[in-house]
Amino acid sequence: MNSPLLDIQDLQTYFFTREGVVKAVNNISLAVNKGEVLGLVGESGSGKSVTGFSIMGLVDPPGRIAGGSIKFKGQELTTQTEEQWRAFRGSSAAMIFQDPMMTLNPVLRIDTQMTEAIHAHENVSRKEARARCIEALAMVGIPSPEERIKSYPHQFSGGMRQRVAIATGLLNSPDLIIADEPTTALDVTIQSQILSEMQKLCRKTNMALIWITHDLTVIAGLANRVAVMYAGSIVEEGSVHDVLDRPLHPYTEGLIGSVPSRNKRGERLYQIPGMTPSLINLPEGCPFRMRCSRNSELCLKVPPVTIREDGRKVCCFHPGT
Amino acid sequence: MDDTTPPFFRCENITRIFEKRLDFASKIARSMGADIRDDRVQAVDSVNLQVMPGEVVGLVGESGCGKSTLGRIICGILPQSSGKIFYKGKDVAVMTAAEKLDYEMNIQMIFQNPFASLNPRKRVNSIIGEAALYHGLTTTKELDNYLEAVMDQCGLDPSYKNRYPHQFSGGQRQRIGIARAMAVNPECLVCDESVAALDVSIQAQVLNLFMDLRDQHDLTCLFISHDLGVVEHISDRIAVMYLGRIVEYATVEELFQTPFHPYTQALLHEVPRLEKRNVAFAALKGEIPSPLDPPSGCHFHPRCPYVMDICKEAPPALREIAPGRWACCYLDEK
Repeated sequence: MNSPLLDIQDLQTYFFTREGVVKAVNNISLAVNKGEVLGLVGESGSGKSVTGFSIMGLVDPPGRIAGGSIKFKGQELTTQTEEQWRAFRGSSAAMIFQDPMMTLNPVLRIDTQMTEAIHAHENVSRKEARARCIEALAMVGIPSPEERIKSYPHQFSGGMRQRVAIATGLLNSPDLIIADEPTTALDVTIQSQILSEMQKLCRKTNMALIWITHDLTVIAGLANRVAVMYAGSIVEEGSVHDVLDRPLHPYTEGLIGSVPSRNKRGERLYQIPGMTPSLINLPEGCPFRMRCSRNSELCLKVPPVTIREDGRKVCCFHPGT
Repeated sequence: MDDTTPPFFRCENITRIFEKRLDFASKIARSMGADIRDDRVQAVDSVNLQVMPGEVVGLVGESGCGKSTLGRIICGILPQSSGKIFYKGKDVAVMTAAEKLDYEMNIQMIFQNPFASLNPRKRVNSIIGEAALYHGLTTTKELDNYLEAVMDQCGLDPSYKNRYPHQFSGGQRQRIGIARAMAVNPECLVCDESVAALDVSIQAQVLNLFMDLRDQHDLTCLFISHDLGVVEHISDRIAVMYLGRIVEYATVEELFQTPFHPYTQALLHEVPRLEKRNVAFAALKGEIPSPLDPPSGCHFHPRCPYVMDICKEAPPALREIAPGRWACCYLDEK
């Protein structure tokens, strides 16, 4: 197999706050291949967004990448200068954020904001840049893009704004898109419109996609592979079918059990006991230990990531079967 | 259930119109002949809905379809523009003060955002206990025991009663909201997107709590949500709303097995599920139109795959297409 597009090894992103060191991302390893859709699932505070920010070099102080490596097409990202980061962001990889009202500048027209993204990386004429913007807008399904490009963000609905944000991300045809809960704030019908556009784009352009979400049901329909995060670590990784049908880690099992679904209507849902631990003082050993039904003395040590014969990764001393 | 039991509450042609008054400049412009009309939003449009005692009814729809407004009208928080609400067979408008109090106490609301719906400057004991104390359900002396019972029942540790809301996590805050509603012993809860802001595992805890409370107190429940998965899980019947109108009302089984209205069909098709893998997402075209300027006739016609000429002219009425099953579409007349 050829080398992956994105290769993260033992990444540590820590936030050095006055209260202590918050280990938001704690030794994760992850690889994404070209044209692959990876779902990154976890609850709030599990470090999934910070993982995305780390890849894009967007971790703000007091946070910083404290260790590990991120390789993109074989090139190390963590040691880049700010200038190299700027060249990397937008052209090689792009990120789409959760709230499209926050990511678009409310006082600039869409065309100004979009052409800016092209001019940041390439020296092209204004006319050409504009034509490319219109093309990108049409690609994400905005009707009459020649007209709409002259609008301000507030003249769009939430779903349309998210499309503009996606179109902006696509402008420089990046190899990797990181989407951080882009459909959480949207209605189901709009969500599936966006999902359908993203799916088509990935198939057409062979672009890799990391879809960060807390919604397992979206991942089930969209992703090829899933990585489940808990308290800053990836506890399980594998193909969608394997992970969702035969979860190995007790946390994944709990998450799946707590999703309301068709075959358990009216029954009690599974409750994971306890609460997510504070990231400042993580319990010793396995972070899930205190809430786990398979807890044993072994779990007082941090479980290593084991790669099974079928290629699935799990981080547990007592994986399910 | 025999036919003589009156429904727990019944809405008859409930309509709510929000109007934005013209500003001074526009008024002058209009008096000089400019064609400026008031901005009117018909948030709820002649809704008929009845809920039997002990039933859990889910109310689903996209944002802006008026489901929250309807919930608020049913609770009596927001007045309707026209139409009547009957509580246990009696018209709320002509009730005596005592009867009205009974109605208002028995229907309690739980709100969406557990961060905005709790007063940050009050301690948990006064948030939960204030209404019960005011209505004489407990006395100052017995308040502690009363609070303990209510908090315990909602899965909150009673030792936290002197804390402020900011000291709790999102899930616990939602429990405080539920405890506040349960403190006056209501017979009915109106839950407005009560689990939308919560993580999956916390959402499961809160949904379990709702189901427990329902069993223990025989609660009637109106569960407003945009998440069909959640609504399917806990409801007996489901009403689907689109742009202020109820387009379909049926039992959960019927609605999910044989959705009738084209909008319901589209909505159900798009529910993401764990079992659906590698879906080719094929989306319903278009977006929900602006309620400021809704389409003529059936509001759904610009997005409907089965649109006919008549749909553009007059809105179809909500009719009983099968016993206990209501829909609002011309399709079954053919």
